[in-house]
Amino acid sequence: MAVEAAAMAERGGEVPDLSLWRRTIDLLQRARDSDIWYSFKRSPITIVAAAVTAVIILSALFASWVAPHNPFDLATIDLMNASIPPAWMADGDTRFLLGTDDQGRGILSTIIFGARISLGVGFASVVFALIVGVGLGLISGYVGGTVDAVIMRIADIQLSFPAILLALLVDGVARGLLPRETHDELAIYVLVFSIGISGWVQYARTVRGSTLVEKNKEYVQAARVIGRPAILIILRHVLPNVMGPVMVIATIHLALAIITEATLSFLGVGVSPTEPSLGTLINVGQDYLFSGEWWIALFPGAVLAILVLAVNLLGDWLRDALNPKLR
Amino acid sequence: MFAFIIRRLLQSVLVMLTVALIAFALFRFVGDPINNLVGQDTTLQDRQKLRETLGLNDSVVVQYWRYVVNTAKGDFGYSYMHRRPVKTMLLERMPATLELSIISILLALFIGVPMGVYTSLRRDGFLAKIFMSISLIGISLPTFLIGIMLILLFGVILRWLPTFGRGEVVALGTWTTGLLTVSGLKALIMPAITLALFQMTLIMRLVRSEMLEVLRTDYIKFARARGLSNRAVNFGHALKNTLVPVITITGLQLGSVIAFAIITESVFQWPGMGRMFIEAVADVDIPVMAAYLCLIALFFVVINLIVDLLYYAVDPRLRVDGGGSGGHG
Amino acid sequence: MAMSASSSDQALLSVRNLRIEFPTRHGTLVAVDDISFDILPGEILGVVGESGAGKSLTGAAIIGLLEPPGRIARGEIFLEGRRIDKLPYEQLRRIRGRQIGAIFQDPLTSLNPLYSINRQLVETIQTHLPLNDREARARALALLDEVGIPSAAERIDHYPHQFSGGMRQRVVIALALCAEPRLIIADEPTTALDVSIQAQIISLLKGLCHEHGTAVMLVTHDMGVIAEAADRVAVMYSGRIAEIGPVQEVIRTAKHPYTHGLMGSIPLIGHHVDKLTQIDGAMPRLQEIPAGCPFNPRCEQATDRCRVERPNLQTAQKSQVACHLFDETGRTGVEARAGE
Repeated sequence: MAVEAAAMAERGGEVPDLSLWRRTIDLLQRARDSDIWYSFKRSPITIVAAAVTAVIILSALFASWVAPHNPFDLATIDLMNASIPPAWMADGDTRFLLGTDDQGRGILSTIIFGARISLGVGFASVVFALIVGVGLGLISGYVGGTVDAVIMRIADIQLSFPAILLALLVDGVARGLLPRETHDELAIYVLVFSIGISGWVQYARTVRGSTLVEKNKEYVQAARVIGRPAILIILRHVLPNVMGPVMVIATIHLALAIITEATLSFLGVGVSPTEPSLGTLINVGQDYLFSGEWWIALFPGAVLAILVLAVNLLGDWLRDALNPKLR
Repeated sequence: MFAFIIRRLLQSVLVMLTVALIAFALFRFVGDPINNLVGQDTTLQDRQKLRETLGLNDSVVVQYWRYVVNTAKGDFGYSYMHRRPVKTMLLERMPATLELSIISILLALFIGVPMGVYTSLRRDGFLAKIFMSISLIGISLPTFLIGIMLILLFGVILRWLPTFGRGEVVALGTWTTGLLTVSGLKALIMPAITLALFQMTLIMRLVRSEMLEVLRTDYIKFARARGLSNRAVNFGHALKNTLVPVITITGLQLGSVIAFAIITESVFQWPGMGRMFIEAVADVDIPVMAAYLCLIALFFVVINLIVDLLYYAVDPRLRVDGGGSGGHG
Repeated sequence: MAMSASSSDQALLSVRNLRIEFPTRHGTLVAVDDISFDILPGEILGVVGESGAGKSLTGAAIIGLLEPPGRIARGEIFLEGRRIDKLPYEQLRRIRGRQIGAIFQDPLTSLNPLYSINRQLVETIQTHLPLNDREARARALALLDEVGIPSAAERIDHYPHQFSGGMRQRVVIALALCAEPRLIIADEPTTALDVSIQAQIISLLKGLCHEHGTAVMLVTHDMGVIAEAADRVAVMYSGRIAEIGPVQEVIRTAKHPYTHGLMGSIPLIGHHVDKLTQIDGAMPRLQEIPAGCPFNPRCEQATDRCRVERPNLQTAQKSQVACHLFDETGRTGVEARAGE
């Protein structure tokens, strides 16, 4: 940490805020003694879910080192290796633990690289939705009046439309507006935008509610009277308050975003086929179900299901841990 | 009551107009309608003429109004891809989607609500915990994956059920139904389960949490303190109060069934509107996309109206005007 | 212990050595610790104390509706000599409403908003009495009349939201009286009401119970309500009974230092006081109840013994008091001090 701080100081010429570090450490220490950590230790399922999530995220992050092959390196792909079943089956090949697809790529490797795309799009969408949602929620709660009414009306209408439909629509429009080649290049950004934009409402509502509560407290009124920018004070008090709920929403949203990405890619309107995500892999594999090559679709599907389940379990646990009423 | 309905109707019209505006904007500004309708070799003059006949030279407001009027009449223009009226295409596809959706909705409700009630009453029971675990898996499994797994198991391995299409259909006037033939019913089983599963788990979890909330209220405690039987308390008092919020959210969920049908139809190559929409998105067939958007919005609005009316029927607080007219203590 | 371990013969309700616990992850909290009292037929027993003293829990325990994880850890409850705390759920349910009625604190939330008053009354009547629909409705109507709902015949089919708070509490009382129970447990029945309506509800309750010969366990934190309605009063502190006795005696010659402080905090008509006293400090939280007498940290007369040894209830005059000042000698320590 000290090294990092020194490095930061060197690079930016700025002295890092040590008190921030201290506060972080303090926070971690308090977290260790808190109810959350206690309930975490008490729930074996949560520990397993956290471990599974960590393993998948780490292998996705370090895909190039973890994966036995690089499925996008044409030099290592041999069509002779196409459609080999998993290693433990009669015709299996020990080089390809989970078998290969129709082009001779190892399923395990494509899964690891696919999970990278899935998680990347998932996280990016959540961050995008979080920023938009928290921002609009703050504005809505703080400014109030017409602005609030308009934002919340949009939220209401959007909430009554399923996320997947909105994402499809955004994607369709992007296809119409962008020329073909550009679209393939930008597909992943379009995807992040379309998934993110369909998920901001939850964040906005939570933050708005909390802002409204803080806004009417006397210290904020007092700050206004003496001419302090009340928004800064609200930020300082609202953000810590909504951290918990926002984290819960974000976790559950991550699971949903991964599902949405997979679904869009499965439907063929997601990421470009040259960079397949888990959904794309399942889509490709679906055609081979009938010819008996079930492993091409099943293994990516299993990983997707396990990943989403683990993230959902974490979200559930976090919600229960932060909301003692439900315990 | 009357004023309430009128107000809700006006709101619905406003929502529809907004959606129509989006659909119109799609149609008018995403890609050029003319280029999409004519071939490469059409002369500039012919294009101008077509532009004039289609009214594309009028002001945007006039065009929007014309679009709204046409849409209200069910005229959505021509598909860029298929060169056929979108209306005809929709009418061909609608029965498949509606049959699938309605069967799924019924499945989801008739299994989801009892399971939710059960898990809330036997909170720590073994079976309740199993249900909750299954529901979490149900929520975590993407719809398309459930479909694929069903296909693998019942279609490929066991060979019990057909894996695609609607089976034999019978025409009843303009409506085609698969509910009257054995092959049609068999073809419906897997898609219906796939579509219902997610909604079912959602409904179950929703009913459970609402019911737990209600069971904590004072009036339930008071009902128990009056010695009412468990059945009267749980299924009379608690369940009815649970249904108030459940109706609203379930109503919204049911609307989304039609949208989720997109995925199911795609997995099972079900010849419904959802698949048509997916193809339209892939082909940038804007008139079809716009029409689908309007239609879905219409479904939502209608479902919302029905939900409001149900709400009205269940909750007396909305029915009677005023309150507290009983003077003082 | 001054009271005998068995239930006294003429008592309607006898509570013996009741202990209520809440298991938590920080250990077991004792919310009610070894309390015993009787309620005679037709008697109004006031139970007074600060919130958290265990009054409401005692009431809930009697009708078998303690919320988990709370549980009766020890003790016995007798209704007309029959032990009821160990009854199977279904048998206890038949006692609730039939023999022991209940009134809750907040009339606004006690009634099911989706059912008409008629339906809630008829349902309760038919649960306990063999009446057909018409007879049950007639009885419901009579009850509404009795609790003072004007033009009851019109209003019987209305829904709870159409009644004011005071009117709703009258409906709640009617519901509690449906099957003519011998005992009513009224948990803070007036706390949520306007002050002007409180007195009406109390006198209604008092009058009805007098007419029907119904006993009442009146749980409240309001000494004024006790003075108005109760025959006897039990003062609770930190899950224990500090003092129990005839209401006039407890008010005029409070024996326990806590009761004394409590009385000092209300002005009594006809007594001239220069200044209302108050008790310093607050009742300890459940996990921090001190050893010995739970009141000792706030007691001006606490001795070393009070910090170690828990006082039991001692008879003093017609009351019983749990305070070491009254051991052996039976001397009225507070009075002695008051006379200085």
